Amino acid sequence: MEFLNALVLLLNYTIIPAVTYGSQLALGAIFVTLIYGVLRFANFATGDMMSFGTMFAVLLTYYFQSIGIGIGILPTALITLPFAIIAMIFYMLFIDKFVFKYYRVSKSAPVQLAMVSVGVMFVTQAIIRIIIGPFDRRFMDGEKFILKASEFKEMTGLNEGLTIKSTQAITVVVTIVLVSILFWFLNKTKTGTSMRAYSDNEDLALLSGIDPKKIVMLTWIIAGCLATIGGVLYGLDKSYKPFVYFNNMLPIFAAAIVGGIGNPFGAFLGGYVIAFAEIFVTYAYKKFFTYLLPEFLEPDSLVQLLSTDYKFAVSFSILVIVLLFRPSGIFEGKKI
Amino acid sequence: MRNYLNIITAYSIMLFLIIIVGIFQSWSIALSILNYCLISAVMTMGANIQWGYAGLINFGIMGYTALGGLAVVLVSVAPVPEAWSAGGANMLISLFLIIALVFSIRLILKKYKNNKYKNYLIALTIILGIILIRIIASHGIEAIEAVNPAKTGFLGGLGMPVLFSWIVGALFAAGLAFVIGKIALGLRADYLAIATLLIAEIVVSIIKHEDWLARGVKNVIGLKRPVPYEINLQTSPWFINLIEKLNQGKLNLVSSFAEKKDLLNQLVIDASSVYVKLCMTGLFLTVVIILLIITQKALYSPWGRKMRAIRDNETAAGAMGKNVVKEHLLIFILGSAIVGLAGAMMVTNDGLFTPGSYRPMRYTFVIWVMVIVGGTGNNFGAILGGFVVWFLWVEAAPIALFLINFFTAHLDETNAIKAHLVESAPYFRFLMIGVGLLVIMRYRPKGLIPEKINIK
Repeated sequence: MEFLNALVLLLNYTIIPAVTYGSQLALGAIFVTLIYGVLRFANFATGDMMSFGTMFAVLLTYYFQSIGIGIGILPTALITLPFAIIAMIFYMLFIDKFVFKYYRVSKSAPVQLAMVSVGVMFVTQAIIRIIIGPFDRRFMDGEKFILKASEFKEMTGLNEGLTIKSTQAITVVVTIVLVSILFWFLNKTKTGTSMRAYSDNEDLALLSGIDPKKIVMLTWIIAGCLATIGGVLYGLDKSYKPFVYFNNMLPIFAAAIVGGIGNPFGAFLGGYVIAFAEIFVTYAYKKFFTYLLPEFLEPDSLVQLLSTDYKFAVSFSILVIVLLFRPSGIFEGKKI
Repeated sequence: MRNYLNIITAYSIMLFLIIIVGIFQSWSIALSILNYCLISAVMTMGANIQWGYAGLINFGIMGYTALGGLAVVLVSVAPVPEAWSAGGANMLISLFLIIALVFSIRLILKKYKNNKYKNYLIALTIILGIILIRIIASHGIEAIEAVNPAKTGFLGGLGMPVLFSWIVGALFAAGLAFVIGKIALGLRADYLAIATLLIAEIVVSIIKHEDWLARGVKNVIGLKRPVPYEINLQTSPWFINLIEKLNQGKLNLVSSFAEKKDLLNQLVIDASSVYVKLCMTGLFLTVVIILLIITQKALYSPWGRKMRAIRDNETAAGAMGKNVVKEHLLIFILGSAIVGLAGAMMVTNDGLFTPGSYRPMRYTFVIWVMVIVGGTGNNFGAILGGFVVWFLWVEAAPIALFLINFFTAHLDETNAIKAHLVESAPYFRFLMIGVGLLVIMRYRPKGLIPEKINIK
């Protein structure tokens, strides 16, 4: 019984939140890694692009709510998602045409493209703040919980409750579906294979008749989907605030690099590595140990490795360690 | 002379703009903009040394700025004896342990170079060391933070003159740069950018959350100043006399004695703030000029040529027997030290240290925009970039407000779109900076004042 209690405690406070957060990071990290692999630059506008897509979803959700469209227990944001994605893809293709294309065609150094993406970051951030403002917004509606702590306690008779928020379930399900489709596309279809070929060796890919324009457009379209969905899932689970989205860029970068940048599967796993590390290192294990250990051994302190203030610092330290020992990432990405 | 014509024109336009602000808004605002322009100029010079001279991309500027600011607190604030007696010993032991930890890791690295368990041994040492340090430090931290938490709650500084802290700030930043350089300099350019950005985040989060060090997000206010205080000036006779003499004409217009006194009082209050800012400007200008002379000399010295050679072709420079790794580390440290100096200057100018305000947007990306806009590899360009971008950053909101009002003049005051736009005027600064950066990168990729190397 004590053991089960400890397990449920751990599940409730670390594993479930970590899986959810990890999925959100993973989508962002795949986005970063795709841009890096195919277009060959570190996109510093990542967080703001996610925020931009989410902004459309938020605004449309408000609109739908005002005219009374909803889908019952599921959040309205899910039906606004396709529209938000389309808007996002248009924005990305627009930016690519007027900003990035010039540098790609003139074969500028990756650093220059990264600096350009900083400019895009500023502009995107400005547009977001001008349209929707810098405030914290919640746009989650529908049923909030799938499993409530009290229900779980009644069901099992344990002391510890287990809560599963519907957003957590939605996040995990959507991520699994999306990532499976993406990997199927990249590995099994002809277009996906040509995309990987372009990413591996541009010249050879061009020689074998792959159309670079098509590849680039496709990358932006996939990136738009990933950015919007990742952003909306994060916003549903927590809340939508432009500044937080900008800051999320940093753990997303960490996830992409830890997983091996340029390698989508690595980025996917990297997201979970970062999320689990952040949550496991900053969780206070006092209660966990009181369940497991005999009474005389019970800890006095919180048994917390680092205070939650250092959540971000944990993921960045992991990044530094990975860069030191395996600069190409845990799952072999591009050579640095 | 002709070579310098565009530089002189650009700087005159900038000066003219600041004077316009002085006339239309107020001299106090103009001077504070000028001061910040000078501080930004120092930061851009630091970044320009790294990026323009050597091609190293450093997005960790925020971290060095914060460390420079921390130096001001640690050097100039008076020590808190109660805190030292409460937990000082524990903190000193922890510091000693950290140093011991670093040296033991070095020893392991040296002694067991070819041992395959080397990495595990190091990891074990670090984990054990951290646990030990945490246990020892946690009591100290609790005791220190319990000492009058509303006012102190930290160890305090050394109580030394504030100008000394500028040097210490530079040294702190140089130390951090040494560590980061050792870790990250081997990485490719965009990785280096990300790595430095993330390490800077770690540094800032440590400063933010270690309250015993510099009060964290509770901020340290009322820092020492190298210049007189307004309140002292307002009561010192020589200053009042000076103001009276300068404003003789204005004062003579007023006939009644009481009114005259009121007016003089008002003038003295205004003038004291301007005077203080002028003193700061003088100090900052001295720093900028000294740095400019040094960096210009360095740029045209054999060392500068070597750096450019390394920047333009690392392999060739390496083949010529130049130690690329060592030079990169050196220039990384030098540039970061200058940024640290700027961080210390900024905190001195503000008179307060607010760790919560160190955000990558303001302290990394804006500074980079300055470097790119001004002209990479050219010190005059870097300084101009600092001036132009900071000026835009501050004046963007008033300009945007003016433009919005101009273009929506035909709309009603209560019009929703107009009200929304007016409300979001401050965010137009991001738009202006972003569009500015994109335009410059596209049409003038070398910046406003491009690099020009003419060897005599």
